[in-house]
Amino acid sequence: MTADQIIFLLCAALILGSALLVVTTRKLIHAALWLVVALFGVAILYAILQAGFLAVVQVVVYIGAIAILFIFAVMLTRREMLDKGAQTRSNWWLPALLGLAILTGLVFLIIRQPAFGRTAAQIPVGVDTLRNLGNALVSPDAFVLPFELASVLLLAALVGAVYIASGNKK
Amino acid sequence: MSIPLSWYLILAAALFSIGLFGVLSRKNAIAILLGVELMLNAVNINLVAFWRYLEPAKMAGQVFAIIVFAVAAAEVAVGLALIISVYRRRKTVVADEINLMKW
Amino acid sequence: MTILNDPINFIAGWMRSLLTGWGLPNGLTTVIIYFIGITVLIVFAMVLDILLVWVERKVVARFQDRLGPNRIGPFGLIQPFADIIKLIIKEDITPAGADKLLYNLGPVLAIASVIILWAILPLSAKIFGVDLNVAVLYLVAAGALGTLSIIVGGWASNNKYALLGAFRMVANMISYEIPMVVVLLIPTILADTMSVQGITQAQSGMWFAILSPLALIIFIISAIAELGRSPFDLNEAESEIVAGFHIEYTGMKFGLFYAGELLHAFTFGGFLAVLFFGGYGGFFGLENTGFFSWLNNPFVQVVVFLTKAMFGYWVIMWIKYSMPRIRIDHMLAFNWKFLTPLALVVLVNTAVLSKVLLGLPNWGYVLGMFFSNIVIGYIAVEILRAYGRNQRKAEATLSSQRSQSQEQAL
Repeated sequence: MTADQIIFLLCAALILGSALLVVTTRKLIHAALWLVVALFGVAILYAILQAGFLAVVQVVVYIGAIAILFIFAVMLTRREMLDKGAQTRSNWWLPALLGLAILTGLVFLIIRQPAFGRTAAQIPVGVDTLRNLGNALVSPDAFVLPFELASVLLLAALVGAVYIASGNKK
Repeated sequence: MSIPLSWYLILAAALFSIGLFGVLSRKNAIAILLGVELMLNAVNINLVAFWRYLEPAKMAGQVFAIIVFAVAAAEVAVGLALIISVYRRRKTVVADEINLMKW
Repeated sequence: MTILNDPINFIAGWMRSLLTGWGLPNGLTTVIIYFIGITVLIVFAMVLDILLVWVERKVVARFQDRLGPNRIGPFGLIQPFADIIKLIIKEDITPAGADKLLYNLGPVLAIASVIILWAILPLSAKIFGVDLNVAVLYLVAAGALGTLSIIVGGWASNNKYALLGAFRMVANMISYEIPMVVVLLIPTILADTMSVQGITQAQSGMWFAILSPLALIIFIISAIAELGRSPFDLNEAESEIVAGFHIEYTGMKFGLFYAGELLHAFTFGGFLAVLFFGGYGGFFGLENTGFFSWLNNPFVQVVVFLTKAMFGYWVIMWIKYSMPRIRIDHMLAFNWKFLTPLALVVLVNTAVLSKVLLGLPNWGYVLGMFFSNIVIGYIAVEILRAYGRNQRKAEATLSSQRSQSQEQAL
């Protein structure tokens, strides 16, 4: 068991443990904060995969913006500070069975495929992944069109969210 | 890097099924959105793992992951704005009670 | 590689030979050496924090035309230790109904989000934590963690005034992150890299403060808003909401928030020095001549960096103790309606000009960038003046209408 395998297993335990707590905690604010822990674990995973830019962008976008949005929404939609009553539906065993079935199916598929047992090759020495990513996002024969479409999507979401949440419909 | 690719894929599959359980079994609309976020992160782990293990010199995997970030952020913003607006009218965020448009 | 030329690697090599001589495996030796390095860096940052308490109180005293602490120790230097002892022996109150885990987590997150910034601060060319190739973005990410600590602290206090203070503070911080990210792109463009070591070395010819002074001003404004210091300190507005999100914190937990804020201010002073004033270098090419080659010594570079960081911290303190507090709606309007468009205009200008002026000799490039910034700044100030004039005219007509209707009523 090499060192990076140990680190991966610890990171995976962190992610899966906090994800389980997200979907089972009683208090919603705790669920949002456990989501922050899970997202941080995913950022560590990106760093292990040598996608450093994605790790930092994950912290900035998911933890710095989306998780804070969740916490604000939880605080703005509650009439008292306590969570009363059951938080899961009464037939929760059905989604649990469904989740287990999907997980078993996927794991079965993954283990059966011998090509997935490979380990990663070293990134070749001259390749600067950060510079390549930047070039890929703006070069016309790479991914500039999805990039621009994503920015239009974000603009639409910004205008839509401000209009819907503003509440003063005249 | 002695971690086989299958470990990452199994982790992503487990995270996806936990998120699915969260979406289908929680009553509060915001808790449902938390489950959706977990599923989107599972997809991203898959994308980045395949990028690293198959073709680290080409950037398609990372670009796709960045687009997924943008889409997730847009969806959370609009979704939470809708939930807050519904809360103002109907004073509830329990998904079962928002049933005016049911048959 | 001697202790004078390359201290960190020398000490690490010596420790590695010592530990492997004792029979430890190589991987464990590396982990132990990394842990010792991290501990030394954190201890340095926290000891500096203690000194900053004294610096802050002396500087505010001089700005307010008084002496400051001068009784305990020579020049009052032992005063911070007296403060620490006072905070430790105070009663540690947890408010009723507070969420215990989150209540204790708040101060820890606040100070953790500052200490992780010290990992990328380049103290010298050979003394730094890690040379991340996305260091500039890491600065923004650490700010995001700081925002989280404020929400956790405000929520866990079970106090609606703490929660209101936390909401206002977080709205402030996430709003001012936008111009800060845009302005952080300007040293990235000018240096062609996001790594702080690369940015420092790209300034060996000319400081970025001279190439883009408007970026410097916008960075200072957004940094002060991120720090939550005056004039953007709606959090500590004593006359408005008592103490904002840290009302309910007593003793050393409050001390952690307070010390964390001071260290954060100093760290931002350090980043000001690195991004705009040349960091540990920036001697305009002097260090290459034979007489000044001692400027390349790591220890001299550390002293130069700390001096520039202290100057940046002094500028932040100067603004704090000279200006009145700004109202929250004015703050947010200023950000969204003025600062963000201005930052975007400066970014586009820098990006375009840095390619257009490539052919010119060095002095042409510098003067071109500098004057373009002056022109944009002048236009921005004219827009602000026109806006102010319109506001005053609207108020004058409104008050004259009101007095006319009052006369008619009489």
